[in-house]
Amino acid sequence: MARYAMVIDTTKCVGCMDCVVACKTENNVPEGFNRDWITYETIGKFPTLHMEIRSERCNHCDNPPCVYTCPTGASHISDIGGIVLVDYQKCIGCKACIAACPYDARFVHPDGYVSKCTFCEHRIVQGLDPACVASCPTHCMYFGDLEDPNSEVKKLLNSRKYRVLNPETGTKPQIYYLI
Amino acid sequence: MERLTRRKFLQISGTTFAGAGLLVGGTKMIQSTLSANEKNKGVVKIPSYCSICFWKCGLIGYVKDGKLWKLEGNPIDPLSRGRLCPRGNGGVGQHYDPDRLQAPLVRISNRGGEEWKVTTWDEALNYTSQKLVEIKDKYGPQAIAVFSHGPGGAFLKHTLRAFGIKNFSAPSFAQCRGPREVAFELTYGEIIGSPERTDIKNSKCFALIGSHIGENMHNSQVQEFAEAIEKGATIIVVDPRFSIAASKAKYYLPIKPGTDTALLLAWINVLIQEKLYDRDFVDKYTFGFEQLKEYIEPFTPEWAFVETGIEPNLIRETIRELARYKPASFVHPGRHVNWYGNDVQRIRAITIINALLGNWNRKGAFFKPVKMEIPKYPYPPYPEMDYEVVYNPNSKYPFAGEEEGLTQGIRSATITGEPYPIKAWIVYGTNLIQTLPNQKETIEAINKLDFLLVIDVIPSEIAMWADVVLPETVYLERYDELNISSFRVPFVGIRQPVVAPPHDQRDGWWIARELAIKLGLEKFYPWKHIEEYLRYRIESAGLSYEQLKTDGIIIGEEQPIYVDDGLNLEFPYTNTGKIELYSTQLAAKGFSPFPTYERPPEPPPGYFRLLFGRTPVHTFSMTQSNPILMDMVAENEVWINSDVAETLEIKNGDYIVLKNQDGVVSNKVKARVTQRIRPDCVYMYHGFGHTSRRLRRAYLKGASDAQLITRYDIDPIMGGTGMNNNFVTIEKV
Repeated sequence: MARYAMVIDTTKCVGCMDCVVACKTENNVPEGFNRDWITYETIGKFPTLHMEIRSERCNHCDNPPCVYTCPTGASHISDIGGIVLVDYQKCIGCKACIAACPYDARFVHPDGYVSKCTFCEHRIVQGLDPACVASCPTHCMYFGDLEDPNSEVKKLLNSRKYRVLNPETGTKPQIYYLI
Repeated sequence: MERLTRRKFLQISGTTFAGAGLLVGGTKMIQSTLSANEKNKGVVKIPSYCSICFWKCGLIGYVKDGKLWKLEGNPIDPLSRGRLCPRGNGGVGQHYDPDRLQAPLVRISNRGGEEWKVTTWDEALNYTSQKLVEIKDKYGPQAIAVFSHGPGGAFLKHTLRAFGIKNFSAPSFAQCRGPREVAFELTYGEIIGSPERTDIKNSKCFALIGSHIGENMHNSQVQEFAEAIEKGATIIVVDPRFSIAASKAKYYLPIKPGTDTALLLAWINVLIQEKLYDRDFVDKYTFGFEQLKEYIEPFTPEWAFVETGIEPNLIRETIRELARYKPASFVHPGRHVNWYGNDVQRIRAITIINALLGNWNRKGAFFKPVKMEIPKYPYPPYPEMDYEVVYNPNSKYPFAGEEEGLTQGIRSATITGEPYPIKAWIVYGTNLIQTLPNQKETIEAINKLDFLLVIDVIPSEIAMWADVVLPETVYLERYDELNISSFRVPFVGIRQPVVAPPHDQRDGWWIARELAIKLGLEKFYPWKHIEEYLRYRIESAGLSYEQLKTDGIIIGEEQPIYVDDGLNLEFPYTNTGKIELYSTQLAAKGFSPFPTYERPPEPPPGYFRLLFGRTPVHTFSMTQSNPILMDMVAENEVWINSDVAETLEIKNGDYIVLKNQDGVVSNKVKARVTQRIRPDCVYMYHGFGHTSRRLRRAYLKGASDAQLITRYDIDPIMGGTGMNNNFVTIEKV
């Protein structure tokens, strides 16, 4: 089975929020909410500074606490490459998943259900990249199947230094940051 | 007035910006579009080109069930390369913005009173043409001046030229890149142009002087910047602020603001002293090297250290890096470069460094831009007018722009009546209140006018001062002039409607043509619909109009753009036929033929130098009504160095006001306490602090840099307004 993942090159990312806007129009994300966002992390003292810029979103964890806490089975691991999705019909908006997610990736949609990044499931089934990946002007984002040894994501992880966010939580996140 | 919260606003307008299915739920305004498009079920893709900034990227508009869904880059377009920037993607919000101008307005109160009568196009245009004819009859056509920014103004300018007007201006010269174009023209006989002819993607080493690429989102330039990072190019960033680009750089030079020319002179000094320059190139192609060598001697890195605060070793190391990789290395010419009022001289230093690197039209530095040849439409000739343009009397600024004029020169003439009175302004696509330095002068000038016409898409501040406001369709809803940019390959792009306008907005070409008819100038419009005009031009170039409409872009034949590909290196447009290190033109006009450094004024104790720049999600003051882009960045912040903030007891997120040297107090604005800026300056994004109440999302959100820029220093060479010499104090609210 495929294991979809995203690899994001922090050395190329300029934090322009293109991914955020692309997601917003692609997925009709309501005003006031976003499924992805930018984090800037600066260390040091002027002028000797180091800054990492990351495009962040749901980590589509292999070990997803949101799925385990969901009382209705709305949050689930999909057959499509192991991505984590929410079945809006089953969701009762109880916010247990929001509390459980260490990445703060979820929000309650004004229509009452919990929403978040879907890796643009509707696009990837057509063989397209997620909207954020397809639109990024710096080409800093890569999407693909880690089970496929020839995929760009797999090759990048084999050849570059990377890290994941909050590894201590044991969620096995599937967004990898090249550093 | 009670301020609308976003939540309340949503309840009132009855719409959320939820996109396709939900998007535009039950609003009346969009239903009119819907009914026109109801038959279009499913997704339709329509190519056009973007106008949310002036890079003019090719786009594909996705229309779902008759409603605008999303925008993507056109994959065959060399400017977007299939990817739009955040503003380009967010262009959807330009269409759905509920605060758009909807119908022609005629003012019924005093100027600035913001009371309006909604009127018909016929009435608004009749009134406009009456006023213009009155003023022309009484004072001559020279009493009418035009401010027009962007490609949309092409047809309006055609009508007004036919009417006898010569006083045209655009802020792109005196408030933006004028000094750069003048400096390159003086040195090389050629300009840089937009899109820039820099070959970032193939560069091995380049220096950015205050250019914040990555925050400045000119699309292909940002793409090339990321490509250069990936290929391991050595990046040198010179900026008082640790910009995004600085965070990608191998060398960050935290320069004292206003001292860039000192650094550049020291770089020239080292290039020559250490014989790092391209000697063959200099011998063969440049003029004035021996004199330069003598001139530059005192400007050592040690001298520059005192001015700039940059260690001499770092100055040497960085220029050695640039020299090591020549000719695939360059100093970027910048874009918005009206900083201190001696800006041509600074950019001249940049031109000289590049010449010493021998990088002109060389891969990895500059390429020679090429352009599609598209014949002009055969209009009758414009009437001959023998009056002098108003903005540059007696050629006071010998190298002022001819095409783009001097905006503030028109403003001064309007205030003083010298060299002759200006009685009407016509303003297209530029919010002069936020664009020109010193708002007081702009308002003083407006109050002297008999007539002010504004054509805009949103109720901008300048629109709110107008006598007549004409609402234009946004770029996604209209046909427009072709995009024939000079770039890496020759190409032509079409702008065509992706979606119908939601109200009674009209296309710029239609407004221009109707106005011409009312003014008795119908013969200047042999075509009735713009498509006849576009088809004529495209077909007379031997191209297929149908193909252009279907593909959005037609790419021409590749041509050599580098010396490396067999391009001839010639400099036929300078006096000496060579690259003028020594500028014969500047010398002839009494200016220093070599770049001069002037120490900028120091901020008084307790004051900070005010610097401004761009956020990647907004364009100038044009997009703060866009619901999508405002969802990204809704107000600006003032960047304050952490140590300074501590002594002022200001915490991150506190509201503050800035007060400038002339006592002007800003709107309240959030403090961004950060290590990413020097302690002697503060920085803010341009374009916020709107004062037009009709811009409900943007009204009094953040502060306006333009309001605080009451001092401006005019470049004596070309008349640009240096805007970085203002000082502010910081007060907690």
